[in-house]
Amino acid sequence: MRYRFRPFPFSSIANMHLFSKRQRRILPGFGLSMGYTVFYLSAIVLVPLSTIVISTFGIEPERFLAAVSSPRVLASYRLSLSSAFFAAIFDAGAGFLTAWTLTRYRFPGKRILDAFVDLPFALPTAVAGICFATLYSPAALPGQVLSRFGIELANTPAGIVVALIFIGFPFVVRTVQPVIAELETEIEEAAQSLGASRWQTFRKILFPHLFPALLTGVTLAFARSIGEYGSVIFIAGNLPFKTEIAPLMIMSKLDQFDYDGASAVAFVLLLISFIMLLVLNGVQRWQQKAYR
Amino acid sequence: MSIELRNITKRFPGYTALDNISLSVATGELIALLGPSGCGKTTLLRIIAGLETADTGSIILENRDTTNLPARSKNVGFVFQHYALFRRLNVFDNVAFGLTVKPAAERPSKQEIADRVMHLLKLVQMEWAAKRYPSQLSGGQRQRIALARALAVNPKVLLLDEPFSALDAKVRQELRRWLRKLHDDIRVTSIFVTHDQEEALELADRIVVINKGKIEQEGTPQEVYDHPANSFVYNFLGNVNVFHGRVRNGKVVLGQRLPEEHSELNGHEVKTGQAFIRPHDIGISRIRNGNDHPGIIRDIRLTGSQITLELESAGFDRPIEAEISRESWRNLELTKGDEVFITLDKVRVFTGDFEI
Amino acid sequence: MQQRQNQTASPSRTPAKNDPPAVQALLIALTLLFFAGFIFMPLALVFSQALSKGWQLYLDAIREPVALEAVKLTLLTAAIVVPINAVFGVTAAWAISKFTFKGKTLLVSLLDLPFAVSPVIAGLIFVLLLGSRTPFGSWLGEHGIKIIFATPGIVIATLFVTFPFVARELIPLMESQGREEEEAAITLGAGGWRLFRMVTLPNIGWGLMYGMVLCTARSIGEFGAVSVVSGHIRGMTNTIPLHVEILYSEYNYTASFAVASILVFLALVTIGVKALLEKQLEGNHNTRH
Repeated sequence: MRYRFRPFPFSSIANMHLFSKRQRRILPGFGLSMGYTVFYLSAIVLVPLSTIVISTFGIEPERFLAAVSSPRVLASYRLSLSSAFFAAIFDAGAGFLTAWTLTRYRFPGKRILDAFVDLPFALPTAVAGICFATLYSPAALPGQVLSRFGIELANTPAGIVVALIFIGFPFVVRTVQPVIAELETEIEEAAQSLGASRWQTFRKILFPHLFPALLTGVTLAFARSIGEYGSVIFIAGNLPFKTEIAPLMIMSKLDQFDYDGASAVAFVLLLISFIMLLVLNGVQRWQQKAYR
Repeated sequence: MSIELRNITKRFPGYTALDNISLSVATGELIALLGPSGCGKTTLLRIIAGLETADTGSIILENRDTTNLPARSKNVGFVFQHYALFRRLNVFDNVAFGLTVKPAAERPSKQEIADRVMHLLKLVQMEWAAKRYPSQLSGGQRQRIALARALAVNPKVLLLDEPFSALDAKVRQELRRWLRKLHDDIRVTSIFVTHDQEEALELADRIVVINKGKIEQEGTPQEVYDHPANSFVYNFLGNVNVFHGRVRNGKVVLGQRLPEEHSELNGHEVKTGQAFIRPHDIGISRIRNGNDHPGIIRDIRLTGSQITLELESAGFDRPIEAEISRESWRNLELTKGDEVFITLDKVRVFTGDFEI
Repeated sequence: MQQRQNQTASPSRTPAKNDPPAVQALLIALTLLFFAGFIFMPLALVFSQALSKGWQLYLDAIREPVALEAVKLTLLTAAIVVPINAVFGVTAAWAISKFTFKGKTLLVSLLDLPFAVSPVIAGLIFVLLLGSRTPFGSWLGEHGIKIIFATPGIVIATLFVTFPFVARELIPLMESQGREEEEAAITLGAGGWRLFRMVTLPNIGWGLMYGMVLCTARSIGEFGAVSVVSGHIRGMTNTIPLHVEILYSEYNYTASFAVASILVFLALVTIGVKALLEKQLEGNHNTRH
């Protein structure tokens, strides 16, 4: 067997130095590529993002609190989080179903369907936004049909959820799909040879195996939905206290040249996003462990 | 001297991969670096090629100190374990690569490159594959292309990192013999790394046994096999019976029988020691000769052309394995449970801790 | 550099002992229903609305000078943004996948940061950094350089939003390919640039294109971030998505959907190309045995 590097234990600083200094130079271009990467990352991402933190810390605490805890802003956070949550739950079902049928079954048009899973990635959010707003307005047929069943989507939180379902859908499918594809048929065959029914095999063997990936996908969809703007604002109608999402609050504060207020609201939203990122990291670590 | 390594040491965080290694290789020699995985042999090879840097020590190739030369200027041919062919270039372009990247002043003409590539492809019996891509070839074919590619730049030395380990048993044997013949033809100084003792014994002019970053022994295959320098080498090369015994006044007590004399142990005090004997050096007979141990056959296994006997003998701490030819097995009419007499010649004894 | 085994299952593995046909039919029907409602209905709507008043009005809406200006600005933005982020992506992937260094995990997660940020915040940070209210912004203003509410602002915000795409595609690809081919090239005497051009670049070609396609799609379609920094100056700082929004809010639905149909068309091209490239990339992985 070939000799392989052991995991890098960072044990001694002296060794560390030797290792990094002499080891790297074998392939060319480390200094240049690393330098440029760090420079560009700082210039485009890190420095601009830090302005939110800097400008938020420039605000007096009372004004900051007043800005982020005004009833209208609180309502927008609540709306953004809850609608993202419900959309993610729906996507869990729809995404899992789609991933399952697309990998497991054969039917005409499957390849095309598979390609269209990515439409929400590829379609500009504003276009999705005006589509849903038009489809479910009282003037259009789908809106009329739904309202006959008592479902109103235009200018309601339910409409926001619909838009977010669209946005989050591919995240779930694309994380679950490869894991279903890699499932070993032997596992199912073993379960069945031991006398398990198809449904028992799915519930006790397959689903637990797929769950970590599903959770990753749902978390991704949720995280994306919290900050979503373009696809939501058209169908939402943006009624104060009722259908104003958090990103819209930032927008409207900016329109009034209330930069401090906008930074404060953005700061909290960023914080939520980073917490989601940490959660996601944890979920992914768990997922990796689950598949070891 | 074609290659000279002086006091090479390489440490990785937490352990030492190579500990003060010195080694000379004569021009035209084919050397095997043999050792268990993780012993540092691949690291040593990569250091010679410049793919890794030693912490201390120097590398002299053909009387020129190349320690601090970058890998691209060393003019060393390197054959990777997994071939590392350029998958987007066809076989011809793979072999031509080293020539086409030469600075314009040194680069041969297009025609010369083509001639050289075709010559090499003929040498490795792959001229039919010039237009193929690596993915269209089998493992053995890829490895031959990798070899041709490494030879294209007329390297001073050829380094092969476990060249056959990714191939299946049959191809491996064929390729091994073919490589030996090729080396006899072109005589380029070569070092190959392997963990397969059979490969090293069959292929190499000289074997260097490495363990835990140190050279345990170097010598011709015969020397290393017949006269292992220590217990590690004895154990690593070929099957061997190991018995634990006590050494007293230059005599080792084996079984219930009288102590055997071992001159090299004279002067040693009472010590534990291990006795090594190869299965094929064990004699089996129906009639007792002076020094024989009585034993009972517990198992008989057919291992290809040989018969392996598992014997039990009073005073030995574990079963004795013996290999005899099918012919003598038939002549002696041995069956399970028979009592026989065991002759232990060529016993080697090492004192100190036993280690693998 | 472990050998990459052929991990993907063979396609013929759809086992006969799979779910009962009735269950299959039901699940497929549900999937189709979801696609019909959430994917195909909106698509159909765009074209039916766009053409609801005939081809003439459709073409007029697209050919209107303001719309053409928006198309021009959008393409200009993509033409600047995609190459810059592609160069960055290759550079970052080279550093990350071919070398060992401390803090690599941190660096990789920092590269993904823009994905975690709301598009509106992505716009806001550049207003806060470069707007006329800030010292730096006012200094730029004094020297006659306008960034926010002008084209440079749109470009910078788009750079931020599309920042991770190429690097994200290339890092796992190059990591799976290992260092051996580059090492082999070096022992054969190749230097930095040749090594990259002859060995690395051909190996990552499809992945690079894939990343650039995603990057292009996002840079054309970005709405929130661009909306914040554009200032909505008609015929000056409007990209196609912003123009769609303006027409829509002016109740000019037909024109709005007509312009939107350009974006839909581009999105369809994107997913088509994406599907093709994915096939290529799959083959790419499988050539190593």
